[in-house]
Parts: sequence; C-alpha cells; structure tokens
Amino acid sequence: MTSKKEISLTDISKYIKDGDQVLVGGFGLSGCPLTIVDEIAKTDVKDLTIVSNNLGEPQKGLGKLLVNGQIKKAIGSYFTTHRGAVNAWNEGWLEIELLPQGTMAEGIRAAGAGIPAFYTPTGAGTKLSENKEVREFDGKEYVLEKSIPGDVALIRAHKADEYGNLVYRKTQENFNTAMAMAGKIVIAEVDEIVPTGELKPEEIKTQHLFVDYLVKTRYEVEGGTFVERTK
Amino acid sequence: MNVQNNVKTMRQDIAKRAADELGEGEVINLGVGIPTLIPEYLGDKHVFLHSENGLLGTGPAPEAGQINPDLINASKQPVTELPGSAIFDSALSFAMIRGGHVDTAVIGALQVDQTGELANWAVPGKDILGVGGAMDLVAGVQKVILTMTHTSKSGEAKIVESLTYPSSGYRKADVLITEKAVFTFKNNQMYLVEVADGVTVEDIEETTAASFVVAL
Repeated sequence: MTSKKEISLTDISKYIKDGDQVLVGGFGLSGCPLTIVDEIAKTDVKDLTIVSNNLGEPQKGLGKLLVNGQIKKAIGSYFTTHRGAVNAWNEGWLEIELLPQGTMAEGIRAAGAGIPAFYTPTGAGTKLSENKEVREFDGKEYVLEKSIPGDVALIRAHKADEYGNLVYRKTQENFNTAMAMAGKIVIAEVDEIVPTGELKPEEIKTQHLFVDYLVKTRYEVEGGTFVERTK
Repeated sequence: MNVQNNVKTMRQDIAKRAADELGEGEVINLGVGIPTLIPEYLGDKHVFLHSENGLLGTGPAPEAGQINPDLINASKQPVTELPGSAIFDSALSFAMIRGGHVDTAVIGALQVDQTGELANWAVPGKDILGVGGAMDLVAGVQKVILTMTHTSKSGEAKIVESLTYPSSGYRKADVLITEKAVFTFKNNQMYLVEVADGVTVEDIEETTAASFVVAL
C-alpha cells in the first residue's frame, strides 16, 4: 500500500538542515528510526542538536552520526554507558545537556501541546536545577523547565495507515508520540503502510495530524535484535 | 540475614529483605543493581512492576529465542509482559511516577545521610553524563526504599552525617536496607529498626558515619 505521505529514503535529507534541533525517538534501539538515521549519516548535514534519551550504540542508530561528527549537541538523560559520547564530551567537541528522563519526556510533550514551560518537582535541590528558576507552591519547591520543540522529529512506529496514523510494537512507542507532537516536520519510519481503515481507531497511538511523511524501514527483527535487510 | 563477605550473597540478602518490604498488589518501580534481584524473592506475593519506558506489568526475562527487542525494561533488557500488563508512552509513564501513582520505588544509592536525603546518580570528580529516571522516582513515588551495601568496597561509610555526593533531590528515603541492618527515616531522624543475625549495634555504629536512634 502506498500513501501520499510516503517519501523515498533519498528525500529525507531535504527536510533536515545544518544546525537543526532534531528529536529522535527511541529508548536504546527500540523505537529508534534506524533507517532514517542511516540516511542522514550518508549526508553532509552537520551541527545538529539531537534530542534523544541516549545516543544509540557506537555502530547503530545515532552513534553513527556521532562518529561522523554531525552532532554538535546532545540533549538527553543517559549517556554514561555510551563510550563514544563520553569521549566526545571529554575531548570538547560534543556539548551535552543532561535532563531527568521525565523532564525530557514532559518537555517534549509540552512543546507539542502548546505549553512553553512547566514546573516540576524533579531535580529541585540538585545540580541539575542550578541556574534554573525555582518557585514554591504550597511549601514545596518546583523547577521551571522549558519545553523542547524540534525543527524536525524522526520517529519509529510499527504500522502506518495511508493517512499517517501510527501503531507501535510493544514498548516501541516510548518518546515517539510526544516527539511527533513537538516536531515542525515529522518523518515516521514504519514496517508497513496498511490501507486506511485497517487500523482500529482506538489502537492508534499517534494520530495522522502529527505526521508529515512516512518512510519504510530497512530493518527487521532477527535473532532478538534489529538487522538491516540486505536486499 | 547472615553477614557474609561475599558481595553476591550480600546483594541477595539485601534483595530478599527488600522483597519483604513490598505490599501485596503494590505498583513498584525497581532501579538498576540490587533491586533487579527482588523478583526472585517475591514468592507468592503479587506486585505490578512498572518500567519507565512504558510498561506496567513487566514479566521475567524471556527464554532464549523468544527475545523481542521491542519489549524491554528501563535497563534496556528484554522482558516479557504478564497478563493484565499495559503499555504506554514515556510522558505518561513519568506522569505516573511524578503524579504519585507509583506506590514504591526500590533504588540503589551511593550515599545516604542521616535525614534520609540520598545520592544515587553522580560521583564527585567524575563526569556527570547520566541521570535517567532516578530524580523523577525520588521526587514522585509514595515510598522510597533504598538498597545498598552498608559500606563501600574499600570499607568507607556510605551512611553519613551529610552528603558529599550530589543529592538526588529534597525528597527523603523512607527505608534503608543494607546487608547489616534496616533503618527507617521519620522527620529527618534515622532509626535502626533491625539488625542482621550475628550483627551487633556496636558493629553498626562502627560502620555508620551518622547518628541514629536505636529502635530495635
């Protein structure tokens, strides 16, 4: 099945420019748009600010963009176990902004929901709230956190219908719906595009009005991991 | 609890004791490290395990060959889903945590002070590049249970008068379980409520750099 929203892999680069803030879905590799990231790794686009929970693995997902030097700044919650990111930060060519994971998720959601900033109890009284506005409500301190919009959001789902409604496989959704809401341009990578009407309205997690373009993935699950199709 | 020098046994003893602390039917979030051992010791008790990446009703690791890389827990390990489990996105998952809907978090700690304030995400002098969901859990859940070895590998006290490691937030822990003892915290005061078999209050005093009330 095809969709008016479907684009070819080579079209992806048209929508991403130097210096963009790019929201990239995924918790580890689950829910990460691996094919789209691979395509960006083939281009010269650079100075990207990547908003993603972590930066993939060294040779998979966002780790490829890091190795290529295409990332200027990473905003996320957990980079400790990604040696490449830690090294890049130590060498001074990667800026890192660390956020509590719930603050990151809510910041992205808020950006997509028309809310510019919000107060959260998370991080009050810690190093991560230094230089942030703090306000008391009912005797308790809260930290003002800004929302996190994206010039582009790159997301991953299981199936799309022709309109661009999305459903997910198990815990694949993670940050993807919030990112679809928060991105000015949203490209979703999916396993297949099914005829409109085939997805049940109540199972749709990301509604088509959030999704601009669709691409088909080149990855499949094999032996408990994500493997790039060879043909 | 028997006192053993073997770290593995210590960790198992702590997990076993922490399992006793959980109530039937509670929604629990288990942090990395010792808390991940707790499910082995739940016996007939039924609890709902919440994973930050969007799963309530997390089941045990799958059999080899049954791994679905899109069914993982917050440590990115493959898991299974139990009957009645529910799946949702990260923003909703953290709304559950911050909003006080998760009953209990069992988390590891690097250091805890005598008021119950804890440090579990960064080491002084080392790069600060990861926090994950630690601070959201500390800020939001109804009850915080800390599990950690009583002292560091080199024998330094981890229970201290005031934190020298970066704090995880204003919220104080409710219970601290080590291989030697169980403490509770109330109104910024620490109480020794249980000691392991073969451990004396003097042993605890020697290895604890904080003041506490003995309430055995």
